[in-house]
Amino acid sequence: MNGSLLDSVNIGNWMLIAPELWVLTMTCVILFVDLYIKEERRGIIHLLGMITLIFAAIITLRGGYLEEGATQAFAFNDTFVRDRMGDVLKAFSYLVLAGVYTYAKFYMRQFSLFRSDFYTLSLEALLGIMLLISANNLVMVYLGLELLALASYALVAFDRGSQRASEAAMKYFVLGSMASGILLYGMSMIYGATGSLDLAEISTAAAAAGSGDIILLFGMVFLVVGIAFKLGVVPFHMWIPDVYHGAPAAVTLFIAAVPKMAAFAMAYRLLQSGLGGLHVDWMQMLAVLAVLSIMAGNLAAIAQTNIKRMLAYSTISHMGFVLLGMLPGTATGFGAAMYYVIVYSLMSAAAFGMVILLSHHGVEAEKLDDFKGLNRRNPWYAAIMAMVMFSMAGVPIFVGFFAKWLVIKAALDAGLMWLALLAVIFSVVGAFYYLRVVKLMYFDEPLAESSIEAPVDFRAAISINGILMIGLGIFSSALISVCMSSFT
Amino acid sequence: MLTLAHFLTLGAILFCLGVAGIFVNRKNVIILLMCIELILLAVNMNFVAFSRFLGNLDGQVFVFFILTVAAAEAAIGLAILVVLFRNRKTINVAELDDLKG
Repeated sequence: MNGSLLDSVNIGNWMLIAPELWVLTMTCVILFVDLYIKEERRGIIHLLGMITLIFAAIITLRGGYLEEGATQAFAFNDTFVRDRMGDVLKAFSYLVLAGVYTYAKFYMRQFSLFRSDFYTLSLEALLGIMLLISANNLVMVYLGLELLALASYALVAFDRGSQRASEAAMKYFVLGSMASGILLYGMSMIYGATGSLDLAEISTAAAAAGSGDIILLFGMVFLVVGIAFKLGVVPFHMWIPDVYHGAPAAVTLFIAAVPKMAAFAMAYRLLQSGLGGLHVDWMQMLAVLAVLSIMAGNLAAIAQTNIKRMLAYSTISHMGFVLLGMLPGTATGFGAAMYYVIVYSLMSAAAFGMVILLSHHGVEAEKLDDFKGLNRRNPWYAAIMAMVMFSMAGVPIFVGFFAKWLVIKAALDAGLMWLALLAVIFSVVGAFYYLRVVKLMYFDEPLAESSIEAPVDFRAAISINGILMIGLGIFSSALISVCMSSFT
Repeated sequence: MLTLAHFLTLGAILFCLGVAGIFVNRKNVIILLMCIELILLAVNMNFVAFSRFLGNLDGQVFVFFILTVAAAEAAIGLAILVVLFRNRKTINVAELDDLKG
């Protein structure tokens, strides 16, 4: 706001964006290292990717950047903000991405796709995610979003010889770019109505103008549509099933698990930090979107025979639940939504990890039938998948239950009885297709008797991921309190 | 005398043309890319107009960022288009229907 040119040379600014700088540097390093190593030594790239994530986590969680009594720290003329919510979401992005790398390495080795592009592109996407999480200015939101989106489009087309992947990439590109355009159009309206791109100034101006300002309201509608596209909620969900289905499973895993946390942060920053004064108006829009996606997502998932598509529709319904947590506009509501989105990321990472585990000889295990008789072939993997499915369905003790419970409670506290009821009814409907997978694994004859092979790091990662489903459920209070305390 | 409303109307018309083009066009993927570009230019028009009439430079700075990103976006879009054509020997929108369900 009152920053001068000298202000941006200030060392404190650079300290605040240290995690972003580290990830950027390492992306370039990986790009260069790949030029000089032989193909059979590509494992080094994987190692470098993991090191990037570990040190990024250390730098992010080191903290100590806040002044006494402050909850936020700003850098670069207030375009960038560091706060607890951002740090927690970033830390979980690193964690989930580390899991994605472990699963994806196994997949890419099997499908002869083991190239460094996956690592550089996903780290660039991670950089976009980090900037988006910390954005405090419309320009920053847009740049973070595009960095994430452009890297994701390229990732989907990663398997260059695949017809399905290139079709999915094209659809993703066209719909995603249109969504960015719509979001931008909304931003231009908001800029026109408030005369500023800074979220804090927009917030002041929006609170003063209220719902009476047509241009502001117009901008808000476009903004909500853009956010809905990025989250993938009905009726702006059409890209999700096609992209999940068409992309290579390793990329689907990435797109399903990591960017949702950034989309949540973007929605929070734009709607609450920016347009908090218009809460009554955007709440109604979010309510419609939430109801539609919980209903349509769960119903459409029942009809699927392809597990990637089924999980895509399940994502749509999960995002509906996230919106349910956001629409009361309270601290507990946002805390619940944040908890839900983190839990969702862990669950979908495990689910797609299992799809990758069962893929073999260059064929993806994308049919539901591929899970038949898994218990006979390997009881432990069947147990992991069962835990993931129970968790997604929201069965008590498992972590998914607490996530659903918190968002529904947030909706109830806001007096949205009918919404909460609908959410409960359709979680029961949704339980049908999750439990169908469990039934296939335990009560059907296996199609193949071959044993399931995987490297040791893969087995360790999927086991930890599966145990987290029940471990985070039993010891749920720790993560819940972390999320809740991010919004005080 | 041109007023802000004139510019906003022009921006809105360009934006609607872009969005309509994406949904109406069933023939050629390249036209989709052109429509996306049109949407971004409509936004630029809005930003410049608001910036001029508010007497605030931020909007024009944003336009530079949008132009840069639009160039990167076009590059990625065309790259995907080349991959698509190599794999399928067609860029007809109506024929992109492998993924359904």
